[in-house]
Amino acid sequence: MTSAASVAFVLLGATLPAMAQEVNIYTTREPGLIQPILDAFTEETGVTVNTVFLQDGLIERVQAEGESSPADLLMTVDFGALMDLVDAGLTQPVESDVLESTVPEALRDPEGNWFALSGRARVVYVAKDVDLDSITYEDLADEEWRGRLCIRSGQHPYNTALFATYMAHHGEEETKTWLEGLKANQARVAAGGDRDGARDIAAGVCDIAVANSYYAGLMASGRSGDEQKAWSDEIRVVLPTFEDGGTQVNITGAGVAAHSPNREQAVQLLEYLVSDEAQAMYAEANFEHPVNANAELAPLVAAWGEMTPDTTPLAEILPYRTRASEIVDEIGFDTFGN
Amino acid sequence: MHMQTTMPAPTRVSARARPAMTPWAATAFAAAALVLLPVATIAWAALADTGTLWTHVVANILPQAAWNTGLLLLGTGVIATCVGTGAAWLVTAYDFRGRGVLEWALLLPLAVPTYIMAYAYLDVLSPLGAVQGSVRWVLGYTSPRQFRLPDIRAMWGAVLVFGFVLYPYVYLTTRAMFLTQAANLVEVSRTLGVSRSGLFWRVALPLARPAIAVGVALVLMETLNDVGAAQFLGIRTLTASIYTTWIVRTDLPGAAQIAIAMLAFVIALIVLERWARRRQRFATSAQRARPMVPLKLRGAKAVCAFGLGALPIAIGFAGPATYLVVSAVRRIEFAGFSPALWRATVNTVTVSALATAVILIFGLAIAYAARLRPGRATNTAARIATLGYAVPGTVLAIGILIPVAAFDRTLDAFAREWLGVSTGLLILGSGTALIYAYTARFLAIASGGIEAGMSRVPTSFDQAARTLGRSATGTLVSVHLPLTRPALTAAGLLVFVDCMKELPATLLLRPLNFESLSTLLYGEAARGTYEDAALAALIIVAIGILPVVLLARTGRAR
Repeated sequence: MTSAASVAFVLLGATLPAMAQEVNIYTTREPGLIQPILDAFTEETGVTVNTVFLQDGLIERVQAEGESSPADLLMTVDFGALMDLVDAGLTQPVESDVLESTVPEALRDPEGNWFALSGRARVVYVAKDVDLDSITYEDLADEEWRGRLCIRSGQHPYNTALFATYMAHHGEEETKTWLEGLKANQARVAAGGDRDGARDIAAGVCDIAVANSYYAGLMASGRSGDEQKAWSDEIRVVLPTFEDGGTQVNITGAGVAAHSPNREQAVQLLEYLVSDEAQAMYAEANFEHPVNANAELAPLVAAWGEMTPDTTPLAEILPYRTRASEIVDEIGFDTFGN
Repeated sequence: MHMQTTMPAPTRVSARARPAMTPWAATAFAAAALVLLPVATIAWAALADTGTLWTHVVANILPQAAWNTGLLLLGTGVIATCVGTGAAWLVTAYDFRGRGVLEWALLLPLAVPTYIMAYAYLDVLSPLGAVQGSVRWVLGYTSPRQFRLPDIRAMWGAVLVFGFVLYPYVYLTTRAMFLTQAANLVEVSRTLGVSRSGLFWRVALPLARPAIAVGVALVLMETLNDVGAAQFLGIRTLTASIYTTWIVRTDLPGAAQIAIAMLAFVIALIVLERWARRRQRFATSAQRARPMVPLKLRGAKAVCAFGLGALPIAIGFAGPATYLVVSAVRRIEFAGFSPALWRATVNTVTVSALATAVILIFGLAIAYAARLRPGRATNTAARIATLGYAVPGTVLAIGILIPVAAFDRTLDAFAREWLGVSTGLLILGSGTALIYAYTARFLAIASGGIEAGMSRVPTSFDQAARTLGRSATGTLVSVHLPLTRPALTAAGLLVFVDCMKELPATLLLRPLNFESLSTLLYGEAARGTYEDAALAALIIVAIGILPVVLLARTGRAR
C-alpha cells in the first residue's frame, strides 16, 4: 500500500512539472487561424501554449531579445520571412524522425532549421459570368483584362513572393514589363486584402482578382458570415500556372528558436503540427494545402481541381524578393491612375 | 538648510537663487532622455551602410510618397481647419436649440481611431453597401455593374476620412480661444461698426490663427503617423513607405533614413506650433477672459445652425458608430461574445491608465521645471520631450525595442552570472515597455497642455507662495495643481484616449499572450475578417466616449 502510494507520488511528482510545461510561439500568423490547433495540442499533451502575434518586426524582436528571448517556436505565414529568420541565425537545427518522414524533402531544411506546415496557392478568382477555365500568370498582363483586374498592394508578401517567382521564370526585364501590364489592367487601386477581390467582383468593380486560395474556402464555408458567403457565390476559383511551370504556392512554416528555453516542447509542437490529425484540422479550418501526404484535402479545396505546384526551388526565388519589391515602387504599382 | 530664509525677496522668479538641479528639473531631464533614447537609436540605425538602397529610396519612394503625403496633409488640414473653426464659432457666437449638445458632441470623433473610421466607410460605401444600394434603387438600377459611385479608395476619400475624424483638435483649441477672447472682440468691433458675420472673418479668425495652428499641427502629426487607414484606402504615404522598406525588404537602415527625413519635416511643424503658441500666450494673458453673449437664433435659422453643427458629428462619429453597432450586433448573434474580448478590454484600460499616470507626472515635471528655472536646459528638455509624437509609432517602437531589449539581456546575463537566477526579459516581458512606448509617444500632448495651463497662472502667485514659506513642491501642490486642474484633466483624458487607440507600438512590444483591443482588432482586420473586429472597435469607441465627454465639460469650465 505504502509503496504503491509512494510510486503514485513519484509518478505524480514526475508528471506535475510536465503538466506545467509550456511552449512560447512568436508568430506572424493571425491568432484566430491557429488557435484551435494549439488548443487541441494543449488538450492532448498538457503543454500550455503562449503566443504573441507579431505581424511585423518578428525578426527585430527576436534579434533584440537575443539569448534572453522566451521564444521557442518562430512561425511565419511567408517563406521569405522564414528564410530571413534562418539567415539571421535565429533558428537552430532540429533532428526528428517524425518531421523528416512526414514533411517532404523539398519543404524542409536539410539541416532542420525550418519546416513547412502548409501551402497557400496564389490563384485567380473569376466572376461567375466570365468564361474562363484556365489561365497562366503571364496572361494576367494581357490587354484583354484592361481595367478588369483587382489585386492587393504589390508590396504585400503574398504578391512579392509571386512576383519573385515570376522573375525566377522570366528574368528581371520581362517581369517589369509584366508588372506594368498588371498595373495597366487594374480596375481600382491595389489595396485592401484578398477577400476584397471577391467583394469587388461581386460588386462589379472587376472581373478577375489575384488572391490566395484559402480565402475562397473561408468565405464559401459561411464561417465568416452570410455577407462573405454571398461574395463567394459570385466567384469561381481558377488555378493558374506559369507557362512553363505550375501554380505558385507560398508556404507557412516554423523553426525552433536559437535560444529556445523549452526546446523539447517546441519540437513536440512542431511534430504535432504536421501530424495527420493537425494537418486535417489545418485543411478543414484554413482551407490550405497540407504538407503531410496522408492528410486529406478539405472538400472545398478539392473542388478547385487538381493543383500542380510550381517546382522552382525556393532558394532560387528568394534572392528576387527585394528586387520585386523595388520594381513595385519603380513602376508605381500601388498608385492607381497615374 | 532652509532655502526660504536665505533667499532674497524676489521681484521676479529668479533662477540664480535656486540650486543647480531641482528634483523637478531632474525628472524633466530624465523624461527627455527617455524620449531621446529611441530617437537616437533610429538615427544610429539610419547611419548603417545600405549600399545602393538610399538611391532607390530617393529615386523611387520619396518623390511619390512625399507628394501623396503632402496632398493628404493639405487636404486634411484644410477640412479640419474649416470644420473645426466653423463649428467652434457656431457654438460660441450663436445660441440655438441643441447648442448645448453640439458643444460636447463635436468632440466625439476623437473617440474613433482613424483606421476604424476608414474601414467603416470602406464597407458602408462599398458598391455592395447600403448607401450605394439605395442610390441605385432610387435611380432604378438593379446591379452595381450598371451604376456605381466613385471608389472611396482614393485621395479624396482619405482626405475626408482624416479631416472629419481629426477636426476636433482644431475645434478644441479654437473654441477655447473664442471663449476667452470673444467678449472683448465683440465689444470693440461693434463700436467700430463691424457686422456679426464680419466679426468672424475680420476679427475672430485672424486672432484665432495661433489656436488654429496648434490644433492643425496636432491634426497633421496624427495624419502623418497613420498607417492603418492609409493602407485600407490605398494611399502610399511616407509612413507606409517606411513600413514597406522595413518589413517587406527587411531593411531597417532604409526605413530609418526615411523616418529621419520625415522627422526633419515634423520638427518644422513643431517649430511652427511653438511659434504660434507664443503669440497665443501673449494674447490670452493680455486680456481678461469673459464669455461672449451669443446671438439668439430662432425658427429656420436655428434649425439650419443645428444642422450645420450636427453634420461633422454625423460624418465623424454617428455614421461609423452606427455601422459598428450594427455589425457588432450581427456578429454577437452569429458567433457570441468571446472572453478574449473581455480580457483585452481589461488589459487596454489598465495599461492606458498606468501610462496616463506616468505621462502626467512627467508632463508636470517638464512644465514646472521650465517655470522654476526658465533657461536653455529646461526649454531644450521640453522640446525633446515633444519629439516622440513626431516619430511614427512603428519606428518609435523599433527605437524602443532595441535599447530596452539590450537592457533586459544585460540584466538577465548579470543575474545569471552572479546570482544564478534568470530575470528573463524584465521590461519587455512585463509589459513595461508598452508604458514606455506610450510615454515617449504621447508626452508631447501632456507637457504642451500642462505648460499652456500653467502659463495662465501669474508668476506673482509663485512669489507669494514662496515668500510665505512654501517650498517649490509645496507651491506646486497648493497653488498650481488646483489652478491648472482643468488643463491637467484635459491632458490626461486626451492622453488616455490616445493610449487606448495606439496600435503599432503595442503590436511590436507586447509580451506573450497580451492582447489589447487594438491588437485584437488589427489581428482580425489583417485576416480580412472585419466583422469579428467590429466588436473590439465598438468597445474602443465606447470607452473613448467617456473621457471625451468629460473633456468637453472641463473645456466648458475653463
